[in-house]
Amino acid sequence: MSATQELEFRDAIRDAMSEEMRRDKRVMLMGEEVAEYNGAYKVSRGMLDEFGPRRIIDTPISESGFAGMAIGAAMLGLRPVVEFMSWSFSLVAADPILNNAPKMLFMSGGQFGCPIVFRGNDGAGGQLGSTHSWSVEGLFSNVPGIKIVIPSTPADAKGLMKTAIRDDDPVFFLESERLLGMKGEVPVGEDVLVKFGQACVRREGTDCTIASWGRPVHFCMEAAEALAKEGIFCEVLDLRTIRPLDIGAIERSVRKTSNLVIVDQSWSFGSPGSEVAAQIHQRCFDDLDNHVHRVHTEDVPAPYAFNLEQEYLPNTRKICEAVRSATYNA
Amino acid sequence: MDSLRENLTMATPTTDGKPSHDVHGGLPIPRRAANRPVPGAELLRGWYRELVLIREFEIRCMQAYQDKKIGGFCHVYIGQEAVAVGCVAALKPQDPLVTAYRDHGHALARGMTARACMAEMFGRVDGCAKGKGGSMHMFDREHNLFGGHGIVGAQTPLGAGLAFATKYEDEVINNGKSSRVTLCFLGDGALNQGAFHEALNLAGLMNLPVIFVVENNGYSMGTSIHRGTTQSHDLSSKALGYGIDSAVIDGMNLLEVYHGMKDVVEKCRRESRPAFVDMRCYRYKGHSMSDPRKYRTRDEEELWEQGDPIGIFEKFILDQGAITHDQIKALQKEVKAEVRDAVDFADNSPVPPMSDLYHDVYREPWGRYTGTSEPRMYGGAMNPPTFRATREGDGLI
Repeated sequence: MSATQELEFRDAIRDAMSEEMRRDKRVMLMGEEVAEYNGAYKVSRGMLDEFGPRRIIDTPISESGFAGMAIGAAMLGLRPVVEFMSWSFSLVAADPILNNAPKMLFMSGGQFGCPIVFRGNDGAGGQLGSTHSWSVEGLFSNVPGIKIVIPSTPADAKGLMKTAIRDDDPVFFLESERLLGMKGEVPVGEDVLVKFGQACVRREGTDCTIASWGRPVHFCMEAAEALAKEGIFCEVLDLRTIRPLDIGAIERSVRKTSNLVIVDQSWSFGSPGSEVAAQIHQRCFDDLDNHVHRVHTEDVPAPYAFNLEQEYLPNTRKICEAVRSATYNA
Repeated sequence: MDSLRENLTMATPTTDGKPSHDVHGGLPIPRRAANRPVPGAELLRGWYRELVLIREFEIRCMQAYQDKKIGGFCHVYIGQEAVAVGCVAALKPQDPLVTAYRDHGHALARGMTARACMAEMFGRVDGCAKGKGGSMHMFDREHNLFGGHGIVGAQTPLGAGLAFATKYEDEVINNGKSSRVTLCFLGDGALNQGAFHEALNLAGLMNLPVIFVVENNGYSMGTSIHRGTTQSHDLSSKALGYGIDSAVIDGMNLLEVYHGMKDVVEKCRRESRPAFVDMRCYRYKGHSMSDPRKYRTRDEEELWEQGDPIGIFEKFILDQGAITHDQIKALQKEVKAEVRDAVDFADNSPVPPMSDLYHDVYREPWGRYTGTSEPRMYGGAMNPPTFRATREGDGLI
């Protein structure tokens, strides 16, 4: 095993970007407050000092404009990393990020690709209210041509970001503001990458598979811990990327446990969670002891009040309830 | 403020070769060509051929559309040919070009063959985008044509991005001087899209060498410019707010387009600054093939047809002795044959194989891609796929 160092989630992302920028001059970072302010969430702190204003570029509050501009630059051969302060703000850039980036390769008959990374905070933060709490994986996973990455640990954040920057397709990299301060051991090394489309088994178990991605993986781990004390042993799978989706890993785990609970922080209707459920019902119909259970964010706009927001999100209690129900322990 | 704007307001109104029926209601257009040396006869003949080629191509497109050989939306360029030909003539081949959905003329002017362009319209495998783009999405990497974009105004931030990238390549990667300019075409309807204003602000702010050429034909679909756009008589005010130089050019007169754009392109290249052009023109046909043109009068159309860009240029080169009547006849015959050949070629080109459906979605071949959507093909619709998605244990990279 290679050496590791302890890093905050935000610094793991920063290190990934910086290493790739040292390696490849075509890589640059742009977004609101990424340079002189050192990043609204300090993800890019220090990068302006190292790379200068030609490569770390402050943009005006103009998501549609700078997202489109970065896509044009990617078509010509640069490899831009674009920070959305929040993915909630990406909605005003819907046309460039959904109509241009993922379709350029296809509708140009393979002539113009779009090697670009869009990254920023996704999911509810701390009482940010309805407009700032989007989990955009629910919306964007519907669109072919995009890769969607949603890491849950600093090590994955770094390895997946490096893969994202080296990838030739548009990558949506979804970070969680709630996780940015989380510390973890991160492998040292320029070429330690995490592959897309490979789930990670966070905890082994025999009774029920819990599949999740991003921040809710931590709630799943808490739930698994609590359930183990009740004698229910859960296997926790962290998908890490939604497109590509490692459905094979879930399938293998379900064949072992015969039960599946999906935990997805986006709304349930037409979500990654519902897609996984559909695919697993199709693939593992005879292996399942119960129908696939899903824990989603409640089907309402994000509330502001603390207690309501806690109940709105997937949480440990709800996951435990779902697992007990799935395993007939309710 | 700047010299181009001064030029405009100081200009003397003139009506030479231009109908009095002014759909733009704009400030007078300065004349530039009269004081410039006339380009060589060979160049003039080449431009004339391009004008005629685009016109003939579009006429055959309309026929093919009526014959249901072309599907979807189809927007023809008839009346605006001098804009694409003159603008491209003022560029270098390495300068990127991006445009909106009325893009056949730009593609041909940029050097795409009539065959590749027509085959794309027909949805055939020999089309410039293998039949997957269609009329509104013409792409040509070899000729630095970055599309053909179907959403009004969507190409304006892309144009800023292309200019950002050429400048970045020249200055940051190669430590040299910015050497390329990007031409970004838009219609007057795009003036009212947010993306356009964001693109202008970014271009002004970042000193991007991009020229926004508004092909101002007076109508965004069926809405005349004064009904949809403020300050429509003086579009330079749009650019002024972003600190961007502008020019008004007569888009019906190829020499005016060429000389006017030459100035704008040279300044943009030299100073690495954006520019804005109000290119006054008129489309003779409807917005798309289904447009009955009830929002304007036949009188108005006839007045503009008197100032046909091909007629104006033809008269000019005849007067110059750059071409003879016989040569014109021969050239027209040759172009007709070329376009007829393109139609035949398109008609005989195979339809794309079903397996193409799953190609070019990602750069990575499907064999390594484990996506949410399996390429599941049902009985007989296609050859057996040579790729497989989602094998157990499949990883990437």
